[in-house]
Amino acid sequence: MRAGATVRVARTTAASRAGAGGAALVVAGLSALPLTGDAGLMRAIVEFITLLVLAQMWNLLAGYAGLVSIGQQAYIGLGGYALIVLADDCGVNPFLAVPLAGVVAAGFALPTAALVFRFRDAYFAVGTWAVAEVYRLLVANTDALGRGTGRTLKAVFPLARETRELVTYAIAVAVGVAAVVAVYLYLRSRLGLGLMAVRDSEPASASLGVDVFRTKLAVYVVAAFGTGTTGALLYLNLLRISPDAAFSINWTAYTIFIVVIGGLGTLEGPIVGALVFFLLRRLLADYGAWYMILLGTLAVLVMMRYPQGLWGLVAERWDLHFFPVQRRVQR
Amino acid sequence: MWVDTVVQGVLLGGLYALFATGLSLIFGVMRLVNLAHGDFSILAAFIAVVVVQTLELNPLMTLVLVVPIMAAIGYGLQRLALNRLLGRGILPAVLVTFGLSIVIQNGLLETFSADSRRLNAGGIETASVALGGGLAVGAFPLLTFAVAVLLLVGLQLLIGRSAIGRAFRAASDDGVTARLMGVDPDRLYGLAMALSLAIVAVAGIFLGIRTTFTFSSGPDRLLFAFEAVIIGGLGSLWGTLAGGVILGVAQTAGARLSPGWGVLTGHLVFLAVLLLRPSGLFAKSRRVD
Repeated sequence: MRAGATVRVARTTAASRAGAGGAALVVAGLSALPLTGDAGLMRAIVEFITLLVLAQMWNLLAGYAGLVSIGQQAYIGLGGYALIVLADDCGVNPFLAVPLAGVVAAGFALPTAALVFRFRDAYFAVGTWAVAEVYRLLVANTDALGRGTGRTLKAVFPLARETRELVTYAIAVAVGVAAVVAVYLYLRSRLGLGLMAVRDSEPASASLGVDVFRTKLAVYVVAAFGTGTTGALLYLNLLRISPDAAFSINWTAYTIFIVVIGGLGTLEGPIVGALVFFLLRRLLADYGAWYMILLGTLAVLVMMRYPQGLWGLVAERWDLHFFPVQRRVQR
Repeated sequence: MWVDTVVQGVLLGGLYALFATGLSLIFGVMRLVNLAHGDFSILAAFIAVVVVQTLELNPLMTLVLVVPIMAAIGYGLQRLALNRLLGRGILPAVLVTFGLSIVIQNGLLETFSADSRRLNAGGIETASVALGGGLAVGAFPLLTFAVAVLLLVGLQLLIGRSAIGRAFRAASDDGVTARLMGVDPDRLYGLAMALSLAIVAVAGIFLGIRTTFTFSSGPDRLLFAFEAVIIGGLGSLWGTLAGGVILGVAQTAGARLSPGWGVLTGHLVFLAVLLLRPSGLFAKSRRVD
């Protein structure tokens, strides 16, 4: 580098300060919401946050680590069943069991990774799907887990409905905020830089001293923890679990459509995508399968014509990044 | 009786090889994994249902119509959509074919409801052939296996001996150089996808005669096809047949031990092979990439 040239690397921009301020306002609003006592709105927000966290976790895998998993439903199912086993069979407080279920899911992710990491690229996608099916069938053949009919979360029965809904809401907001903040900080860190280097070129990043395998493994396990926690949150709300529903490919389909439509490989993308998905689901609730046909078609068209997604279009047009993870060189 | 179980599994493996061949072909030619592969086979079976109802044909006769229809769909899909995704990395093609898979499934659900269907082939499903020694096998599974072997021989000849086969191999080895030698890759990839969906149409119709199916039967077919390809090893057509047979035997043997364990045993055998021999049992090259 030429001596005397002043190069400054900026991590913060006006937009990122606006993004942080906006995010703080949203969190403050979400925290104050229970005061209004609007239970319907609170349920809708829990539903939205669930979608958002699933999308952020999948985006971390596919958009930042290049790990296109079609098997994340495995961790939703494992998290959901872990919640019920911990709360009903082990006597753990059901609310405390939500993050613990995420830990259980992460525990399963380690041996799973040993298998699916043998696949690369497109084969990784189908391999993860096959492993998710193995988990579904194992659960469906286990007596203690209620086989094909599944189980019901009984530990929350003594609680009043209002209490359960309020605590569920609080956990959902905490999980949602933690997921977005954690992904943001992770990607801005040294580890995140290594991760994006691995995505862009494994040989090049390895030659610069990035441990490719450990980097990918870490992301896979983190995503399993987030997805498992979300699975537990889902079933804390639904109470009734069955293998076909909990390990359904539809979870991953929703997630992928959200991220693809919103914008893969950005933090804003999954937020935009989750909003679009959530609103369309409300609008088209009476049209059954047409809703999935419409979303699938939309996702295919976006992938074909605008692979950067809706947010990518905005970011490209106005150079707008509310949650920037890149480094900008300024003179 | 275990011999009976193994024979049934081997014959079932013929059907799986049919599903796997089309998947393996397009991966070989253009490094594309079609996640909607299984759903296309179920789409073919539903088209056969419509043809049977309107023309009152035997399901086996519908092959004459359904195979060209599926081939045309494959050619159009590749030329209008998938060709534009090649060269943009692996992710767009995976996500677009996954989106197609969900669209096809829900389209079938809206059109044909969630009821399970079956193609009635007028008695051949229940007929059996005595093999001597008290052993009898279903006539239809035997026919399926024979068709699978014939298709594989035909494909082997096509790829090994014909001009189009040479172009497939050239594109598989080095797409850029193949283009320099006058191969039009867009058209070639279109033909490969047409061939892939034509084969999977045969597989779908044979599946529909053999067993019941619903709008959501596709993903399992994709997974079995994928597992047969991986067990057999990439780049080997006969390996794919062997992979299908191993998967078929594992599933029938598992189902014999306990009714819920059929498909699961197949998956576990697949994982065991993956763990012990990652490049498959009969791979031509030792490297999986």
